[in-house]
Amino acid sequence: MVARPSGRKANEMRSMKAKVGIIPNADGSAMFAFGDTIAIAAVYGPRQLHPQHMQDPSTGILRVNYDLLSFSVSERKKPGPSRRSKEISQVTEWALSPVLDLRAFPNTVIDVQIYILQADAGTRTAGINAASMALAHAGIPMKNLICSVAVGKLDKDLALDADNAEEHYDEGEGHTDIPLAKIAGTDEFTLMQLDGKIPPEMIKDVLEMVNKGCEEIYEVQKKALKEIVE
Amino acid sequence: MSSMDITNLTKEKLTSMFNAGKRFDGRGLLDLKDFEVEYGVSNMAEGSARVRMGKTEIIAGVKMEVGTPYPDSPNKGNLTVSADLLPLASPRFEQGPPKFNAIELPRLIDRMIRESGMIDLKKLVIVEGEKVWTVIVDIYPINDDGALVDAASIACVAALKNAVFPKLKEDGKIDYHAKSDERLPLVETTIPLTFTFYKLGDNLFLSPVREEEEACESKVTLGISKLDGRYMINSCQKGLSVPFRQEEIEKIVKLLPEKYDEVMKTFNKYLK
Amino acid sequence: MMIENEINEENEQIESSEGNKRWVVVPGEIIVSGEDFLPGEGARREGDNVIADRFGLAEVAGRMIKVIPLSGAYIPRRGNVVIGRVVDVTFNGWLVDTDSAGSAFLPIAESPRFLNRNEMDQYLGIGDVLSAKIWSIKGRGIDLTLKGRGLGKLEGGFIFRINASRVPRIIGREGSMITLIKEKTGCNITVGQNGWVWVKGDDLDSEIKARKAIEFVADKVLIEGLTDKMEVWFQEN
Repeated sequence: MVARPSGRKANEMRSMKAKVGIIPNADGSAMFAFGDTIAIAAVYGPRQLHPQHMQDPSTGILRVNYDLLSFSVSERKKPGPSRRSKEISQVTEWALSPVLDLRAFPNTVIDVQIYILQADAGTRTAGINAASMALAHAGIPMKNLICSVAVGKLDKDLALDADNAEEHYDEGEGHTDIPLAKIAGTDEFTLMQLDGKIPPEMIKDVLEMVNKGCEEIYEVQKKALKEIVE
Repeated sequence: MSSMDITNLTKEKLTSMFNAGKRFDGRGLLDLKDFEVEYGVSNMAEGSARVRMGKTEIIAGVKMEVGTPYPDSPNKGNLTVSADLLPLASPRFEQGPPKFNAIELPRLIDRMIRESGMIDLKKLVIVEGEKVWTVIVDIYPINDDGALVDAASIACVAALKNAVFPKLKEDGKIDYHAKSDERLPLVETTIPLTFTFYKLGDNLFLSPVREEEEACESKVTLGISKLDGRYMINSCQKGLSVPFRQEEIEKIVKLLPEKYDEVMKTFNKYLK
Repeated sequence: MMIENEINEENEQIESSEGNKRWVVVPGEIIVSGEDFLPGEGARREGDNVIADRFGLAEVAGRMIKVIPLSGAYIPRRGNVVIGRVVDVTFNGWLVDTDSAGSAFLPIAESPRFLNRNEMDQYLGIGDVLSAKIWSIKGRGIDLTLKGRGLGKLEGGFIFRINASRVPRIIGREGSMITLIKEKTGCNITVGQNGWVWVKGDDLDSEIKARKAIEFVADKVLIEGLTDKMEVWFQEN
């Protein structure tokens, strides 16, 4: 069992921070951090969707925009969406939509804006956690919260919530990144991505690790939502 | 959150209130909102700051890059100021190509900084004529409750004051993960700020909340700093179509030093 | 002209809290367990449990379980009185911005008295503010009517916005809160269910105070004893 560069145990996530209601203008908003990775999310909607031809008369539409701020990464990111951010926007939308029932809001859009203030790996997972709280805060009918965390693999060992330094691990089998998201308290996974090398028989352990991690994340999200009530 | 345009009703009420010197939050027309500054918004930035001014929140970050100097200034480094009005911050900000406000804001801040001489661009030269540092300031509103430009000016100055050079490796590339102790070459006594004066009817006002800003009929942003102990107006731009009368302009420039001192009294606490 | 508010069901529910338990719940949280309970608005049944279908205040009123919204955008409902602004005058009615997800239309037939097309502009022009009732919600938008007590063009005063979910507590049980605020400030006040509030008083100071009072109430998340708190507030302010 290789010691993690961060010194954490295999199933130990970074310390989390969450706060709801950080953007007064938004219908719902929240911040979520895994260690040094900080994501903020704002929800506007249900509101009118323009142009009209994009409206769906049977339901409201969820629209997610995820991006990094220029100074969130070490080499400045030029303004404007990249292909990476467009892809993450789409998979995030798919990760969040299963718990939302937007049929009560035909022809509308629910806009979710996610921005990363500081990036130290796990940005899309932090973004999903923030967006999930923001959607709840916005009063959108929601079956459950969505929790997200990435499982890393450093050579042959699993490591939950890798940071940037761990993502650059290059001994042996190197680093494998597996971001996942699930509907809290269920066995339903809504985000599944993978980059690296992992034998199929390890996947069950990956899912178990995520289950435990998400239980903790859910408690953090719940606490942040309840805290807005004095 | 509301994206409904301000109504004539409310605009008329604000006009009567301003005529009587009253505002909904109890301030005088020329009273500034309180503000706070926080550093370290992103540890990936060479410097960063967050300003909260009333409910307006805005962040600015500094990134340093190495590049070539402009042909007509081979012995100076470069400064770029950029802003993105994130749809996150207001129901009025949309995704897509920047509208006028998004284009104007960073340009106002750029001229404020540049004309004040706050950054000694000559000290950003690595190899004269070939290689210089470029200072890039990125501005992002997080919540727009009015007076974004003035809040941005404070955030940018704070971020620049907070910024340090990254280490330059021997091969000429930057090691962003190793920050040096060396701060940017700033002229310590030069601290530029903007003040945007708004007009509704015959009333001038400062530091609006969003509703007041939406009601305004004209505005003018001025950059001011001190040079050798004297107040200097470094930049100016009037916006919208209602004119300013001469006596209003004279009143504004007379007020500037006093307002500058007022902001500096608070700002100095954060600049230590 | 005194303008009365339409008291609707939601207000009754908000203030009927004496003896009912309320606490904040998040989506997916178990509110109560037991087959006797009935999941009402904002709640669903899963096996033995009644579960929150949204973030808000869970309320157990006898056997009925509900989740009351604490935040979020305005969702238009039939019968709601809303405040809006005319954005266009068409050949058969007015297009009204009510700051909600659907566009709103006031057909000429729904004005309080007979108007022919030439008079439309004079009665209500672009930029005018009105209070209207939602009488129909179709896929493409909301239809409004001005037929009803207290509806029509709003003149003088000003409008401002609070979160729509806070409207029931601004009105209060049987209108108790809004009546208190009107009495203490001497202002005419109309509260739209879409969160827009119209205030008109005899002087600026009363109008400013009315807004301050309303924003103070709107800001409070938990509701118990709010009317008493406001009596005290008015003494202090």
